[in-house]
Amino acid sequence: MERVPILKIGEILLVSIQVDMSDQTAVALQEDLAERIVATGCHGVIIDITALDIVDSFVGRMLSTIASISRVLDAETVVVGMRPAVAITLVELGLSLNGIRTALNVERGMELIAIDRADYDHDETGDDPIPEPTASP
Amino acid sequence: MALSADESGRLGELLTSRAEQVTQRWTEIMVGQLRGRLSQAELVRQVQELHRALLDALGKGTVDLQAEESTELRAVLAEFSRGQARQGLSATETATGVFALKEALLAALEADQSVETLRDYVAFSALVDQMGLFTFETFVRARESLIADQAEQLLELSTPVVKLWEGVVAVPLVGTLDSARAQVVMERLLQTLVDTGSPYAIIDITGVPAVDTQVAQHILKTVVAARLMGADCIISGIRPQIAQTIVALGIEFGDIATKASLADALRHVLRLTGVETSRRQPRREA
Amino acid sequence: MTSGADLGRPQAQTVGSDEDVVRVRQLVRTVAVAVRLSLVDQTKVVTAASELARNTLVYGGGGTVEVIAVDNGRRAGIQIVFADSGPGIADLDLALTDGYTTGGGLGLGLSGARRLVDEFDIQTAPGQGTRITITKWSR
Repeated sequence: MERVPILKIGEILLVSIQVDMSDQTAVALQEDLAERIVATGCHGVIIDITALDIVDSFVGRMLSTIASISRVLDAETVVVGMRPAVAITLVELGLSLNGIRTALNVERGMELIAIDRADYDHDETGDDPIPEPTASP
Repeated sequence: MALSADESGRLGELLTSRAEQVTQRWTEIMVGQLRGRLSQAELVRQVQELHRALLDALGKGTVDLQAEESTELRAVLAEFSRGQARQGLSATETATGVFALKEALLAALEADQSVETLRDYVAFSALVDQMGLFTFETFVRARESLIADQAEQLLELSTPVVKLWEGVVAVPLVGTLDSARAQVVMERLLQTLVDTGSPYAIIDITGVPAVDTQVAQHILKTVVAARLMGADCIISGIRPQIAQTIVALGIEFGDIATKASLADALRHVLRLTGVETSRRQPRREA
Repeated sequence: MTSGADLGRPQAQTVGSDEDVVRVRQLVRTVAVAVRLSLVDQTKVVTAASELARNTLVYGGGGTVEVIAVDNGRRAGIQIVFADSGPGIADLDLALTDGYTTGGGLGLGLSGARRLVDEFDIQTAPGQGTRITITKWSR
């Protein structure tokens, strides 16, 4: 069985799915990723699906599960690079990928995680109430 | 309807011995009919080519247009009618260009008025009729593909996706949106989001006269698809009648941002991105 | 890639494992490309095939998938038959409802796949296995 490699780049785990995954491979990725999040202490996971030419309900469910698991492990997951044809098909299939954050590409995904962590760190210091988005500190 | 081997041979002989007379008369008829829309030289070339192809086929002993030996002849006829279609000639003009051969043959046969000759003429005519009908069919097919190509080009032309701002693209929709066009527009919009890396898209429907359930569904699906890809859509330019239709049809726009004009939509997006920047770089604002 | 010659002939793939579902997807894509389905339609039919092949494996206990290029005179298309001799489906209406599942999935396999194709035909009865035929035409 093939395994999908997980790369650590700075504070982020990057998973770039390059193969047509069998269901087993998808389940293995789910497990590997949970372990790597704990082992590395990363707070961000980016799953790049640019190379996937389809996402069916099984892979869709895997993505949702990964997002939920990483949330429990205090990491934010962003799925990036979904192709237009895949997105159109998912809508037709009725799969909404609830709870998954998405971005157009890896770069935007990293920005999203950075913004999140910045907010989070801000909360952690706790000296100010969360500022209104429009008000500058 | 096929010629007998003898008839085929005699037609070949006639076309060879009276080649000049036949092609000349044939060309004259076509020139008269087209009244200068194609140059004389062009018509002479066409007639000679058809004449040569017919002779070749007869030389191989063909007795029918559908026969194996006529493959070359069919190709030449097809090329001829495609050419006429592209030049904007009508189907009738194209087919009568071939039927003109009958009159030319009749002129060539006139000297000899025996019963055999008449019988031959009828047989030859049948072959020419086949050729004419074949031309007609090819012509129609050529025109159909021409129209399909143009329709596609029109579709491309009528659905521009423009970059409005850094990270913002817009599709100004103009004209009636049928299901096919809505689909093309939406696919192009989503592809442009990927190609330009733009996280915001504005769909402006100011120029759309009416929205039915299907079109509304297409727009909604696109918005959801864009979201799955990590981009946000704003719909602008909803006119009062369309707003009424949308409500009357019971279409839920849910939490999709709608703005009155393209300008409002752009302002909305800029405000959103502005917030993002100020959150990312709080010091610059301070 | 598939040559034109064997396009008209059905190509079969047994479904007995996970990897076979991947093979079904690849086979369906090859034929879908050969009959010139648009990219979106290719994606839709491959996704539908993936859902149904998984059903054949999980609920039908394995079976076969047959893929064939078809032509109705006006348009070319792809037809896929999923057959198993598993327990069959007792309540078809219920099985075709969004969100209904007996296998711990999302319950979108059957109903979702039906939305992704142009024609969807299902023959099943308890104890008789299940046979699903789907068709997608080029535009």
